[in-house]
Amino acid sequence: MCTTCGCGTKHIHMDGDILYHHEYAETVGGHTHHMHASVINESRRVRIEQAILAKNNHFAQHNRHYLAQQGIFMVNLVSSPGSGKTTILIETIKALQNEIPIAVIEGDQQTDQDAVRIRATGVPAVQINTGKGCHLDAHMVGHAMEKLDLQSNSLLFVENVGNLVCPAAFDLGEAHKVVILSVTEGEDKPLKYPDMFHAADVMLLNKCDLLPYLSFDVSCAIDFARRINPALQVIQISAIQGSGLQQWIDWIKSGHQQAAQVVMTEKAIL
Amino acid sequence: MHEMTLAEQMLQIIEEAAIAQNFTQVKTVWMEVGRLSCVEKEALRFCFSAVVEETVARRAKLEFIDIKGRGLCAQCECEMDINTLYDACPACGSYAIQIIAGNEMRIRELEVE
Repeated sequence: MCTTCGCGTKHIHMDGDILYHHEYAETVGGHTHHMHASVINESRRVRIEQAILAKNNHFAQHNRHYLAQQGIFMVNLVSSPGSGKTTILIETIKALQNEIPIAVIEGDQQTDQDAVRIRATGVPAVQINTGKGCHLDAHMVGHAMEKLDLQSNSLLFVENVGNLVCPAAFDLGEAHKVVILSVTEGEDKPLKYPDMFHAADVMLLNKCDLLPYLSFDVSCAIDFARRINPALQVIQISAIQGSGLQQWIDWIKSGHQQAAQVVMTEKAIL
Repeated sequence: MHEMTLAEQMLQIIEEAAIAQNFTQVKTVWMEVGRLSCVEKEALRFCFSAVVEETVARRAKLEFIDIKGRGLCAQCECEMDINTLYDACPACGSYAIQIIAGNEMRIRELEVE
C-alpha cells in the first residue's frame, strides 16, 4: 500500500511498470514495527474527525493547482463499460489535434488496448492498469501526468475505468466529469446509478444513430438525469456517425480557452 | 469495490493517529456514514476486517454512525430530509435540491489503548 495515499499501488501498473510512490519503498511493511515503543493499556478515546477520502482530495487539489498553473483543461470521462468512451475520445482527438495539443490518461483493469488505440491517432497516452481496482484515484493520475510531459494550454482527457459506481467518489483534479450514457442502456440508468450523474457536469448521450431501432425514450432519460442534477448539460451524439459532435467539440474548446485565459490573465497581473 | 480503497484509507488514518497519539491497540472505530454517500456499509465492514489484519486495528470493532440526508431546495428554500439524490422537494416539487448533509464518510473517534 502506498503510505502517502493508501491506494494499494502494488497492484497498479502504468504502461506495464509497477507504480510505486516515491516514498513507498522506504516504508513498506512498516505497519506495526514502529508502534511498540511505549505501551499504554488504559482505554481512552481519540477524536479523529477526518474524512476517509481526505488524502485523495489532497492529491486532487495538487493536480488541479498544477493544471491551473499550466492552463491545462482536464476532463474525466466516466461511464459503464461499452458506452463508447474510447470511440468518442478518438473522434474528439481527430477533430482537435491540429489546433490544440492533447494528451490522454487511460484507465482499465487490464490491457493497454485503449492506449494503443489512442496512440494510433498520434497523441501521447499513458495506460494505468488498476489490477483489481475499480476506479482511478488522484494519486495514480498525478503520476501519469508526470509521465506525460504535458504542454501548457493543452487538453488532458482521462478515460476512467468503465464503471458507473466507484469513479463518482474520486476527485482526480479534473475541471469536469463528463458522464456518457449510451442509448443501448436503459433510460432509468441515471436513477439506478445516481452518484455518477450527480458528480458530472455534462452527459453525452451516445449511439443516437441507433434510436430508430430501439425503444429508448430520450426525453425520459434526460428527465431522470436532471432529477438528480438539474444543472446537467446534455449533448446527444453519435460518435460513429458524427452527429452532435460539433456541440461537444465547441464545449471542449470553450473550456480550453477559459483555462488558458486564466493563466494569461495571471501572467499579465504579475 | 471502492470499499477496499476506503478501508485502506481508514487504516492509514488510524495508523497515522497511532503514531501521533501514541497508542498500540484500537478497540473501537466510530465512523460517520451519510445516507447519500457512496458507501455500502457491509461491504466496507468486510474490507476493513481484511485490511486490518496484523495492524494496530486488528481487534477493532467498527461502529457506524448513520447521518441522514438533508437538502435545501433552491426554488422555495425549504429544508427537508432526503433519502436519495433524486428526491423532489415536498413543498414545491422541484428537483433542484442542494445536499447539505448525508455525504459524510468520516472517522469521528477511536477507542484506543
